[in-house]
Amino acid sequence: MTATSLTPDRSHDLSQPLDKLGPDETLKANSRQLRGTIADGLFDPITGAVTTADTKLMKFHGIYQQDDRDIRDERRRQKLEAAYAFMARVRLPGGVLSPSQWLKLDELGRAYGGDTLRLTTRQTFQLHRILKTDLRAVIQGLRDVVLDTRAACGDDTRGVMSSINPQLSKIHAEVYALARKASDHAIPKTGAYNEIWYQEEAATPSREPEEPFYGRTYMPRKFKIGFVIPPSNDIDVYAQDLGFIAVVSRGKLKGFNVAIGGGMGRTDQAPETYPRLADVIGFIEVDQLIATIDAVMSVQRDFGDRVNRLHARFKYTIDDKGLDWIKGEIERRLGVALAPAQPFQFTSNGDRLGWVQGDDGRHHYTVFIENGRVINTSTLPLMDGLRAIARIHKGTFRVTPNQSLTIADIAPEDRLQIAKLLDEYGLAGLSDRSGLRLNSMACVALPTCGLAMAESERYLPTLLSRIEPILEAHGLRDEPITIRMTGCPNGCSRPYIAEIALTGRAPGKYNLYFGGGFHGQRLNKMYLENVGEAVILEALEKVIGHYARERKPQEHFGDFAIRAGYVAEVTEGRHFND
Amino acid sequence: MTKMEFSGPGLSSEQWERINDLAVSLQPAQALWLSGYFAGVGYTARVPGGLDQVALLERGKAEPSLAPAIEVRSLTVLYGTETGNSRGLAKTLAEAAKQHGIVATLSDMADYKTRKLKEEQDVLVITSTHGEGDPPQSAVAFFEFLEGRKAPKLPDLRFAVLALGDSTYEKYCEGGKRIDRRLEELGATRLAPRVDCDVDYEDAAPAWIASVLEKLKPQIGPSAGTAPASVRAASLASTMPPAFDKQNPFPATIIDNIVLTGRGSSKETRHIELSLEGSGLAYEPGDALGIVPRNDPALVDALLEGLSLGVDAPVGVKKQTLTLKEALSSAFEVTALTPRFIDHWADVSGAKELQRLRGPENAAARAAFMRENHVVDVVRQFPVHGIEANTLLRGLRPLQPRLYSISSSLAAVPDEAHLTVGTVRYELDGSPRAGVASSYLADRGEPDSTVPVYIQSNPHFRLPHDDAPILMIGAGTGVAPYRAFVQEREARGARGRAWLVFGERNFRSDFLYQTEWQGFLKDGVLSRMDVAFSRDRTPKAYVQDRLREQGRDVYAWLEEGAHIYVCGDAAHLAPDVHTALADIIAEHGGLDATAAGEYLSALQRDHRYQRDVY
Repeated sequence: MTATSLTPDRSHDLSQPLDKLGPDETLKANSRQLRGTIADGLFDPITGAVTTADTKLMKFHGIYQQDDRDIRDERRRQKLEAAYAFMARVRLPGGVLSPSQWLKLDELGRAYGGDTLRLTTRQTFQLHRILKTDLRAVIQGLRDVVLDTRAACGDDTRGVMSSINPQLSKIHAEVYALARKASDHAIPKTGAYNEIWYQEEAATPSREPEEPFYGRTYMPRKFKIGFVIPPSNDIDVYAQDLGFIAVVSRGKLKGFNVAIGGGMGRTDQAPETYPRLADVIGFIEVDQLIATIDAVMSVQRDFGDRVNRLHARFKYTIDDKGLDWIKGEIERRLGVALAPAQPFQFTSNGDRLGWVQGDDGRHHYTVFIENGRVINTSTLPLMDGLRAIARIHKGTFRVTPNQSLTIADIAPEDRLQIAKLLDEYGLAGLSDRSGLRLNSMACVALPTCGLAMAESERYLPTLLSRIEPILEAHGLRDEPITIRMTGCPNGCSRPYIAEIALTGRAPGKYNLYFGGGFHGQRLNKMYLENVGEAVILEALEKVIGHYARERKPQEHFGDFAIRAGYVAEVTEGRHFND
Repeated sequence: MTKMEFSGPGLSSEQWERINDLAVSLQPAQALWLSGYFAGVGYTARVPGGLDQVALLERGKAEPSLAPAIEVRSLTVLYGTETGNSRGLAKTLAEAAKQHGIVATLSDMADYKTRKLKEEQDVLVITSTHGEGDPPQSAVAFFEFLEGRKAPKLPDLRFAVLALGDSTYEKYCEGGKRIDRRLEELGATRLAPRVDCDVDYEDAAPAWIASVLEKLKPQIGPSAGTAPASVRAASLASTMPPAFDKQNPFPATIIDNIVLTGRGSSKETRHIELSLEGSGLAYEPGDALGIVPRNDPALVDALLEGLSLGVDAPVGVKKQTLTLKEALSSAFEVTALTPRFIDHWADVSGAKELQRLRGPENAAARAAFMRENHVVDVVRQFPVHGIEANTLLRGLRPLQPRLYSISSSLAAVPDEAHLTVGTVRYELDGSPRAGVASSYLADRGEPDSTVPVYIQSNPHFRLPHDDAPILMIGAGTGVAPYRAFVQEREARGARGRAWLVFGERNFRSDFLYQTEWQGFLKDGVLSRMDVAFSRDRTPKAYVQDRLREQGRDVYAWLEEGAHIYVCGDAAHLAPDVHTALADIIAEHGGLDATAAGEYLSALQRDHRYQRDVY
């Protein structure tokens, strides 16, 4: 598949002195383990922002500086700085939280986050529009319910995902516990977070390094870990840097198949960048899990590209060095060879909406939340409804990898009461949407995300309303088709594995992709570049009509788009741009 | 190089021959180097002929009659960048220019001081395009300036543009095209045709760089025969006496009129730029501008309607005959009540309610009535049928000009005066009301319209010498003169420290001139700034609270000779700040209250404690 190199090129990695590496490496190295001047910057009263260097360091603390781009120009003319505010992303391994944690997030969202909460594509919460002067109040509020924002962004291990799969209650509990353990193990250990956000005294200097694993320069780029329980591929395990596919035999968790090298991000007009799906390289026992994480992450830490950040994800390290070489290096560090991968099968990467019953007899209800946006509108008091449920719910909540929410672990005797609230607030009817909409995802984009070039979350619902009549006309209203949109090419909503995808190029302009695998097993390919809504709808009318007429039984839209020749099949990320 | 015909200032024929021999053998770059060499050798000490002759050799100042001077022009490489490509090419270009013996100044449009543009001689522009034909985000302000009404004519400028773009966009390379088009419109000369580069610019860009550098090679020839524009302007100004004053205000054109306060503000504070071009008016930082307003036409109509008077009725005002409507618009105060009008209307209407407001014993009731009613309310409430126009006017007082502290410095913005105006708006009796001059500027001060203005000198609010530290304390629009101070100090290159303490209601919406202060802090023109916002979630604070918190430093600055300025509200700010200063001096100077008071009085006597409060 890829060439094996015996003596790898070390000119771009950790072995080089800092001045040979990209500027972010020096920044990290000189940050005093992520402290920088963040604490001082919080006090600077002349600006609502922090320094550029600190914005980079704050990502490691789960905090992004953003500004309201809708009024950026207006404010510049008014001689006012941009309306800076911060996004705080919670660390919530596996997306599981308690009702009291929900209530605290709801309270913080209303007090500091613009009356809304956002559920993310990596199963956690984002609070947006937090003022600099309120950041500590938010972080300390989270601490009250044993939550934090550590490593939710930055060059470290991001939020660890884990399948929702409520039907397999026991397996879910086991895998979720491991996801938590993985997150706790792999996040940075620096005292910076407690000092800056909790205003704790710095520990007395010790001879021990503060970051035994990460050192002074952390990872070359973000590193994403996820656990999946087949047959659901809800977390899109092939999009993770390091994925663990649960292998279950006779109701018992035997271990995990290990998948490495997935990642979505790419850059327009930079053909050396591309999305890539993870490769399954073997099988491990449960008790090898932490050692495997260390081995895989240390290979990327040591060999990842630290000169060019566009080329620094693990996927490029693998393609540059060769999969076999990387696997060999992992095994060398692990001290044993990986066992051969065990068979498994996925059926979908969507959520199962509505009621399901777990194998322990408890009930679970998954509410469809369009693009993860928890907010009250004139027609749907979503935030109020979920708060009312959290007040009486005795189980847990689970944020799904598709930005929806499962009210989990409802005892049979409590089901009626929850169902009543779902009805009362109009949440029960939310799953009565087109198959396309129920399988849609959009990133946050404008106006808060600094990377967005086009609308996403604010626009996809409108666009879907224009696609739905096409589906209706062809009798495909309930056909599950995945569609994902992002405001830029970086891929937060994992667009490159959707059957239909749109990535923003400029206001109102998108690249249109077809052909992703329905259960996340195949990348899609660009069909049209930099086009507006009219052209997009025209293309969809044509392809959807053709699909309705000539699809084979059970054939998914993405598979059809390839068979019918609209796009070529992409078998490897490296060929995505061909 | 051609043989030169002219034998230079006082050269012997032998000298001239040697020079001539040398000259024909030189490459242009060598000639340029030699001209610099001779200019730098220090002839004043060595040439018996004295300064006059040597001065002729100074670069760029040769008289037009001394023909074969090498024209040395300034070169600026100006780039607008989103991803860094333009910056990279600009650096390459500057480097290549250096190889050709041309020194280039490299400037990012994001940081470029636009007022320098009219002094530029050669400018090479490299810019990318963002989204659908927009400039790179950091260059938006530069584009707005260049494409806006404030852009100067650039007849002496030579330019060339390299446009970077992505041909998958409809408006390909539009950023570069816009600059290329606009510079031509402004009268500049294009050195080389614009080149548009797609994402693969690796070939086209170097070719363009080579071609423009070829054009920029120093030319031998007559240097410009005219004096620089700045010299021309200065001599023009000095020959024109200031003909405009309060009696004869100058119709200043509004260049810009923007709201400084952001969305959600409880206030509407405006920044208004006026052109003084051609007026001969000059001011110093600290001075005020008098504005002669006109009343709101809707209010005048309402008044006329309430009185059933003809708009065209002729009335005599100051030896002129005006129509009644014009008189009410431009000659009389028709908004707020005065005791005189109440008395007058009590007589005219015979209304008991008004008559009861007469006399010193009813002062409180009258004051309350005046707060709650305007002229138009009285006229409506107590109508007088068949009233003569002149009877109405006898009760009104003449319209007064309003003074605003000027918030700019002529050194920074020649021919302009900027104002910082709080628009006064409120409701009375269920209908919206507004301040006379502030609403005149806010609602009817369209750009390109004119406003009658004059300069009101304010000699008791003046900057000290350039090395003295200054502590500027102001709230709201009281920050206006400090903008003038800081602009002036920047333009003068003053080295004294400057500390600004500013107060308003909300950080997010009311931080007047926030980005300018940030720039001044970054550049060191402001050494320090403290802010106090009284309506944020954080504990409410006023400027005097900040002074107290920093009391030790305030006192240290005073001891080091700082001049203190207070500008803004006379009722609260001025006394509160005064008390705070006295307390600080007492605490940190170890003085009792009386001695601290004397300390402040001494500062006032020495003109080191100046106030402009209203």
